[in-house]
Amino acid sequence: MRWFWIDRFLEFESGVRAVAYKNTSITEDHNDDYQPSYPIVPASTIIEGLAQTGGLLVGEHGGFQERVVLAKVAKATFHKYPIAGTTLTYTVELEDIQPDGAFCQCTVKDGDELQAEVQLMFAQLDDRFPEELFEPANFLRMLRLFDLFKVGRTKDGQPIAIPEHLLEAERLDMAAPEAN
Amino acid sequence: MPSKEEVLEKVTDALVDALGVDEDEVTPEATMVGDLGAESIDFLDIVFRLEKAFGIEIPRSELFPEDILTNAEYVKEGKVTDAGIAELKKRMPFADLSKFETNPQVQDFGNLLTVNDLCRYIETKVAD
Repeated sequence: MRWFWIDRFLEFESGVRAVAYKNTSITEDHNDDYQPSYPIVPASTIIEGLAQTGGLLVGEHGGFQERVVLAKVAKATFHKYPIAGTTLTYTVELEDIQPDGAFCQCTVKDGDELQAEVQLMFAQLDDRFPEELFEPANFLRMLRLFDLFKVGRTKDGQPIAIPEHLLEAERLDMAAPEAN
Repeated sequence: MPSKEEVLEKVTDALVDALGVDEDEVTPEATMVGDLGAESIDFLDIVFRLEKAFGIEIPRSELFPEDILTNAEYVKEGKVTDAGIAELKKRMPFADLSKFETNPQVQDFGNLLTVNDLCRYIETKVAD
């Protein structure tokens, strides 16, 4: 299983907000295993979906040059227990971004019905943490799967361009795929 | 300019939200780390909330002078030197360093900052 906790982006405005959806299903083990016979979507997997939505919003703001990680779930209020089988919409708004981190306000909806409100804080790793988080060519593949460049727009309404360093990694990967 | 009471009120709100502590735990003498349980990542959260609440910008080095504490010129054998203390006082005029000075172990520095220090710092920022 891949560690993807969203399916697609619906909207992505650089440095402002991102909207993604997650199709949940009872065929996903964790939804039934969590509370057997009462297949609610675990809150932790929703938080992870928001973190992926927000993490990419924060990362894109820096041209995907920074290594962004979820640093803290500052606050989380769950109003409902979403039942697996529904489509959840994750909206993340970038409230503040600084060189060392970012703060996001998030909502989770099922249709028009509010399910949860969450505040997330992201940190941008510095040299104390030298590890690479993603292999760049795989990372670009993931961004394409999420439709980020299909729906993504800059603040001026222009399409978000794929950063050159990711395209270069993709070219190298295609030329020598066994290296990865 | 907000009054001292208004500053304390907003700082308290920020700490209650960021640290999940009760309002009555946030006394002026409470230390951020020891009494309120703040971890390093919480300071980023607190700074975000204070910047928003007061409409100010908080340069990280003003509240957390890590560059001084990692500078060999100012730290000898795990202790901050006299020159280091002088530098800290210059950088953090809002902080009460009197207790720290008696045994200036670098590892204890993180537990120095009190709610009152934070309020005094904010007061200097909003007065600018």
